[in-house]
Amino acid sequence: MTNTIKQLAIVSGKGGTGKTSIAASFAKLAKQRIVVDCDVDASNMPLVLPHTIIEEIPFLGEKKAVISQDRCRGCGDCVIYCRFNAIKDFYVVEPVLCEGCAVCTMMCPYEAIDMVDNQSGTVVISQSDDQPFLFAKMGVGQGNSGKLVSELREKAKSIAEEDNYNLIIIDGPPGIGCPVISSITGVSHVLIVTEPTLSGMHDLERIIQLTKHFRINASVCINKSTISSDNIEKIKEICSKFDIAVIGTIPLDMDFVKAQIAGKTIVEYPNSVASQAIKSLWERISQLLNL
Amino acid sequence: MKIAIASGKGGTGKTTISTTLAYYFAQQFPTALLDCDVEEPDANIFLNIPVSRTFDVDVLIPQVDMDLCTGCGRCEKMCQYNAIVLIKGKPLVLPELCHSCGGCYLVCPEKAIKEVKRSVGTVEVGVNGNLHYAGGILNIGEHMAIPLIDEVKKEHYNATFRIVDAPPGSSCPVVHSMQGNDLIIIVVEPTPFGFHDAVLAYDVAKTLNIPCAVVINNLVEEYKPLFSFLEKENIPVLAVIPHDVDVARSCAQGNCIEYMLTKYQDKFEAIMRYIKEKVQ
Repeated sequence: MTNTIKQLAIVSGKGGTGKTSIAASFAKLAKQRIVVDCDVDASNMPLVLPHTIIEEIPFLGEKKAVISQDRCRGCGDCVIYCRFNAIKDFYVVEPVLCEGCAVCTMMCPYEAIDMVDNQSGTVVISQSDDQPFLFAKMGVGQGNSGKLVSELREKAKSIAEEDNYNLIIIDGPPGIGCPVISSITGVSHVLIVTEPTLSGMHDLERIIQLTKHFRINASVCINKSTISSDNIEKIKEICSKFDIAVIGTIPLDMDFVKAQIAGKTIVEYPNSVASQAIKSLWERISQLLNL
Repeated sequence: MKIAIASGKGGTGKTTISTTLAYYFAQQFPTALLDCDVEEPDANIFLNIPVSRTFDVDVLIPQVDMDLCTGCGRCEKMCQYNAIVLIKGKPLVLPELCHSCGGCYLVCPEKAIKEVKRSVGTVEVGVNGNLHYAGGILNIGEHMAIPLIDEVKKEHYNATFRIVDAPPGSSCPVVHSMQGNDLIIIVVEPTPFGFHDAVLAYDVAKTLNIPCAVVINNLVEEYKPLFSFLEKENIPVLAVIPHDVDVARSCAQGNCIEYMLTKYQDKFEAIMRYIKEKVQ
């Protein structure tokens, strides 16, 4: 019998609320863990978690259509059938717009279009503090980030099973769309990081609804809490409306920036106020997850 | 003139800058703010433009007529997204995986597949004097933001200035938000995270062949790698806005446009001057 693997995802809806700084701090505080940076669009965790790369695995995204100029007779059928407007004048495929559906290949009467493999990113397996740290590099303007997130999580899970890790910490992307859904499906708990601004609160409500939609346990932590005490009350109201607990508040602290520039996590600055708050937040989460 | 405001990293001030800029432009010209961050649309929280029209955005998904279907499996083979799977010889459609390419519908020899509409979100449209607004709201649980972004971008085509508030990141929703603009303004925070992600956004703009300029926001201290990068790539810096807790406080109260225009009007004047020069 393998022990159950707990997965904690940190998300926010709104960007820039402090997800990565908090997730990286948890990575430092947890005794035994795997960390996964699932914000494959804009992966920042490697900047604050010093690591040694073990393996880089090419990630093949959707194939892309390529029109052979020798075989093409310029009938224009591909342009008519492509719903992504990816085929321009003179029958050249615009790779960033091609979604790899292969409809053009099927409809071309001269068999002039091939679907070719396309490396849309790289999965990186590394070690940070002698424990696994996974992240990805995505190619410029590539689609399919949701699939890349799933790939990362699959890899993390198989490492956890092989090497007996019982905790996976996931740093999620902003938003509520495809890569966020891939980051939170099937996790044990979602920590939502919000801030007491109007947009922070608006986005909080949407990300809570997303966790409810997929029936995933969630709790909330308020970062930069000293910006507005009025809004803290409003956030608590929103949370109680959805029956979600606020399990921590972290004051606005410029040491976050200092730590980032030094390539460190904030908990490595024990005297910072935010550091204390994150430590007690981690204790609450450890209890919640029964670690 | 079409301008997209992007950043790569979230929370660098895209929405604050784009709404303030739109508000400022609208004092002189018909201007549109197009909120393409459809996953978390926040622009109108600050603009407060009354919404006069809303409409659903639909995508097409296949519906199989089981009486006509022979279970040949060509639709399953055609679909590159695994959105149709054959179970006991009968096709099952998984709508959330479908990209609406129409492949299954075209390939079906029995004409058993027709395409039906499925709503992915809503577009809101409104006007307040010279200031026009359109923004998309993605349905909760929905994966596909792009059809919605494309619809938002079709609104207010006749405005003199059209300002797109792009989502964070660097993948397909960002590509679609940036596409077709004349200029990309990247709002960058001078920190390792901000710099790293701004480069990603810049790379997307470069791939699309759109010129870029930068607004540095939240400056705490000079972050050297950013400044040497901007110099090396020859990217103009239109304005530098210092770190200011009162900006965050005004975002908490909802009056950040007023605050920005009172305290940093010169910065927005500089941005406007650059854009006007671009037009000529």
